[in-house]
Amino acid sequence: MTDMSAPANPPFRPSMLIYDRRYRSMTFQVIVFILVMALAWWLVNNTIRNLAALGKDFNFGFLWQRAGYDIPQTPIPYTSDDTHFRAAVVGLLNTLIVSILGCIAATFVGIIAGVARLSNNWLIARLMTVYVEAFRNVPLLLWILIVFAVFTEIMPPPNAFRGDDPAASMILFDHVALTNRYTAIPTLAMTNDPGSLDLGARITFNWATIAFVLVLIGGWFVRRMIGAWAQRVQDQTGSRPTTWWMSLAVMTVPSLLLIWFFGLHFEAPELRGFNFAGGLNVQNGLVALWLALTLYTGAFIAEIVRAGILAVSRGQSEAAFALGLRPGRTMNLVILPQALRVIIPPLISQYLNLMKNSSLAIAVGYMDIKGTLGGTTLNQTGRELESIVLMMGVYLVLSLIISAGMNVFNSRVKLKER
Amino acid sequence: MKTSVFLGTVAAATLMAGAGMADTLADVKARGELNCGVNTGLVGFAAPDANGNWTGFDVDICKAVAAAVLGDPSKVKYVPTTGQTRFTALSSGEVDILARNSTWTFSRDTDLKLDFVGVNYYDGQGFMVRKDLGVTSAKELDGATICIQTGTTTELNLADYFKANNMAYQPVNIDSNAEGEQQYMAGACDAYTTDASGLAATRAAFADPENHIILPEIISKEPLGPAVRHGDSNWGDVARWTLYALIAAEEYGITSKNIEELSKSSQNPEVQRLLGVTDDLGAMIGLDKDWAKRAILASGNYGEIFAANIGEQTPIGLARGLNAQWTQGGLMYAMPFR
Amino acid sequence: MSDTHAQTVPFVRDTMLPAAEPPIREAGAVRWLRENLFSGPVNTVLTILGVLVVWFLVSHFWDWFAHSVWNAGSLSECRQIIAERWGEGARGACWAVIRERWNQYTYGFYPSELYWRPTMAFGLLFLALAPVLFSEAPGIRRIVLGTTTVLTLGLMVALGAPAAWLVFAAVVLIGGLVISERQVSLLLVFSILYPLMGVWFLWGGSAWGPIMVLVGPVLGWIAWRVLHPVSSLVAIIAALVIPLLWWIGYAGEAARDAEGILSLSIPAVASDRFGGFLLSITIGIAGIALSLPLGIVLALARRSDMFLVKSLAVIFIEFIRGVPLIALLFVASLLLNYFLPPGTNFDIILRVIIMVTLFSAAYMAEVIRGGLAALPKGQYEAADALGLDYWKAQRLIVLPQALKISIPGIVSTFIGMFKDTTLVTFVGLYDPLKSMSDAVRASTSWKGIYWEPYIFVGFIFFLICFGMSRYSMYLERRLARDHR
Repeated sequence: MTDMSAPANPPFRPSMLIYDRRYRSMTFQVIVFILVMALAWWLVNNTIRNLAALGKDFNFGFLWQRAGYDIPQTPIPYTSDDTHFRAAVVGLLNTLIVSILGCIAATFVGIIAGVARLSNNWLIARLMTVYVEAFRNVPLLLWILIVFAVFTEIMPPPNAFRGDDPAASMILFDHVALTNRYTAIPTLAMTNDPGSLDLGARITFNWATIAFVLVLIGGWFVRRMIGAWAQRVQDQTGSRPTTWWMSLAVMTVPSLLLIWFFGLHFEAPELRGFNFAGGLNVQNGLVALWLALTLYTGAFIAEIVRAGILAVSRGQSEAAFALGLRPGRTMNLVILPQALRVIIPPLISQYLNLMKNSSLAIAVGYMDIKGTLGGTTLNQTGRELESIVLMMGVYLVLSLIISAGMNVFNSRVKLKER
Repeated sequence: MKTSVFLGTVAAATLMAGAGMADTLADVKARGELNCGVNTGLVGFAAPDANGNWTGFDVDICKAVAAAVLGDPSKVKYVPTTGQTRFTALSSGEVDILARNSTWTFSRDTDLKLDFVGVNYYDGQGFMVRKDLGVTSAKELDGATICIQTGTTTELNLADYFKANNMAYQPVNIDSNAEGEQQYMAGACDAYTTDASGLAATRAAFADPENHIILPEIISKEPLGPAVRHGDSNWGDVARWTLYALIAAEEYGITSKNIEELSKSSQNPEVQRLLGVTDDLGAMIGLDKDWAKRAILASGNYGEIFAANIGEQTPIGLARGLNAQWTQGGLMYAMPFR
Repeated sequence: MSDTHAQTVPFVRDTMLPAAEPPIREAGAVRWLRENLFSGPVNTVLTILGVLVVWFLVSHFWDWFAHSVWNAGSLSECRQIIAERWGEGARGACWAVIRERWNQYTYGFYPSELYWRPTMAFGLLFLALAPVLFSEAPGIRRIVLGTTTVLTLGLMVALGAPAAWLVFAAVVLIGGLVISERQVSLLLVFSILYPLMGVWFLWGGSAWGPIMVLVGPVLGWIAWRVLHPVSSLVAIIAALVIPLLWWIGYAGEAARDAEGILSLSIPAVASDRFGGFLLSITIGIAGIALSLPLGIVLALARRSDMFLVKSLAVIFIEFIRGVPLIALLFVASLLLNYFLPPGTNFDIILRVIIMVTLFSAAYMAEVIRGGLAALPKGQYEAADALGLDYWKAQRLIVLPQALKISIPGIVSTFIGMFKDTTLVTFVGLYDPLKSMSDAVRASTSWKGIYWEPYIFVGFIFFLICFGMSRYSMYLERRLARDHR
């Protein structure tokens, strides 16, 4: 009673849950949690009741049934006797193919267009502005349809290549044929085929491919070692040895040896029967989708690159020149690290957009995962809940992988900031 | 503020929807409108004109059902459905009846929980090619590029047919009939495959129909018919017998022109029963006496509907063939009204 | 000596020489060409390449554009006219299809005698947007609102709107113009009412539905005022719960009862009549209007200190941003009915709007989060120093500034969403790009027409999106100046 030195904690009253700052956020979170759980329970409960009312169940067993439909372009062997699961995998691979090709090409187009927009050449800068604005302000679906239409309406049919005086001719030294159905490109063939590594489930890798990949990875490591050695020499002696020819040799010579060893050569497509055979017939759906995605995303990347370059102040490059750095090293050591910091985060979201936009493949009949799992499989089995949940899961995982990968890259770029 | 409006709209919409998937007939009557799932655009079967008025063979089925149930063939809300969304639209209750040239198959009837109420068009899958291709039989299509609509049974039939005949082909998957025609016309595929009726409709609309031939092989059976949800037999009966009323009307010679006269003067007991002159068949399916009369009046009997939309006098120019009355050697056979 | 020297000079110039004419290569067009096109070997090559590209495009497409036909009843007639005018084998564009189907592209299958209603709704939209988008630029606001007033009224007369509605539109638009001159923020009341009004004008039916929806928040506000003196907690709960109860339990019935007394109806138009740009714009506007508040809440949640709230916001945003819109549209058309109570079934357009709203809310949240992050820390500290609580600080200090910074981002989100409305074609709605063009091509007279509809639709999209992006860039520059 007399001890007044330490104010006793006031006894806990329920109203403190709301009025006391210490407890309020906890109360609020608990309420939010309960509401979210209630919402989730409500949705799940509804779904269960609806499924029961329709007499359906929720299971993924349909994935192991016979698919029964054909897919025009399959990166792994697939026939109509395979399962829906394999069809979904084929779709996923097709999504990845167009996304990866698209990201690479869009980056090139975007960098070129972005730099060109800043060019002091009036005509080029204007042309690039027209390109960027035209693609940014018109729906992607329209560009996909238009590019596809250009292929189907303007390119000659394969039989125009027939006869002694054909109406159409192949380009690039008779190696590529642009037709209104597909683009026939040469395939790589080997005279000394080393056979393939069988991974089971009819997925095979040619030993030659594996050899090339190994050689390239090895070459890259050796190159890094050469770089480290050059750095050491520079640190000790102050002058950097010339290494570019070593790097070049390490990267190319083993590959050239392998090409010679396997007898690698191009096999050009030729017209047989209705269609071209011998080469690889890349379906126009893929080409059109790829081109449209590239040009569309390229326009957005161009703006990002332009903003990134403009964000590095001129004083930076002037300071680098004042230090005596050559233009190449100025670019590498001063400008790029700073510009990349601005460029990378929006670039990641453009890659993500491209990957997601590739689902518009449905408009040109390219069988990506939306076309197989979320399209024909869904339709033939009537399992819309399972198919769409699975498909969204796949897209989500792909997105997370891309963001995670790019975030790692981003943080490495960021480390250079001091 | 705006969020609350949104919630309000949702709440209001939920209210208006009302509960109860079990009694579609009562729902339709209460709503005063029949929701009918149709194709997004297939000339002759279901297509909107420039003013959004739907016409076609399937559309007339919707109109007949609306006339029978609601007394007014115009009380139909047409819900365009794609090959992908059609069955879900039906099973989720978005549409009351699906009249969208859908094939009656085992798995759709059982696994997809649909009930096909009958067949309004016996079809089969065929191929169309350019005449100058020099192909006269589907057996010569080895290695060809073939345009095909995704999400249909034709995809499966095609795979089966080429496998059975040990031939190879390159499918070009397209998303709508309009797109398929475009691809075929541009020469992006050697052959276009879909139901023979669809091929005929497509070919008829070409500027140069004489340059295209439909190959003689019909590689599948495609009985097309309206479908309703599984588990509401009463509503299924209404749809089924409306369809049969149209077919029976043709058999008995009842047309939209002479129906008033026949309902007064006809001595044929079948006709009298059908038109509600003697027995009250309508009461057994929850409708009034004149239901069949109204259904027939909506756009005529089966023969009239056929002739007006896809018959030989129309640009589509389909012959009756299998779809003639059983008395004429066809398969159209209405169950007895008794 | 010096004297002699002075005398030996025969002439001393006492005026400046006029500047000499610059050499020809340093002046006028030649200099411009030299500097801008041929300043070095690389630039010269690039210029030549650019000219070649332009030449290629012009030479391939010029004759097609030049041989345009605007008056024909069908594609074959069009081709005939082209062959007659420019000789056999000439190519030409057949814009007659646009002329004939213009209404269908704009209004879809909306009843033609009611075209004035969407037109009026669209005109009033600009008035509703004025306090939000044009508050910073009185000059532009005057031009936009003036043009809107003239165009809307003119079009309504041309489309045969009833006189009463003409007077209504005139009063509202001109009144809005006058009010905006005095105090533009007063128009915010109209902006808040507009969504309900727009819904009523577009879908028609009885006005009591929207009015009864509006009664909800009014009841909530009354409850708050009455209960606030008693207990602020009870007041807040009541203000949230009462409108919900009203909407779920009584609004529909009340609307029906009121309708019995006084109908207040205009002809109803069902959702299946919507199509073309009317559909795109409806989905776009509804999506953006609804996603903005949701986006603000998500952005605040993502920046919150509360772990659970923050994680939920992150999960939601990353989930939505990780899946394609087309998948969400399929959820709207195929799965949404599974997630709602059995027997619930509502309009596909509304379902699409819900999914589009969720989709753009995730993007909106990121844009607003950017705006919140860009705000100097001092603003937050100042708010704390004034002793404002969290909501007051957000409402009075943080959000007004953050939203203003975010306007360009919001506009570009809107542009992206507006472009994406074309994807509704995949769930069977009549978007202008694919479904409408397919429908046009399905008719016998226009079968086989390919490029013209695409180019036309693309051009309209370009005009709208380009206009918006330019305005947002203008706004960005203006706002940036304000901040210095």
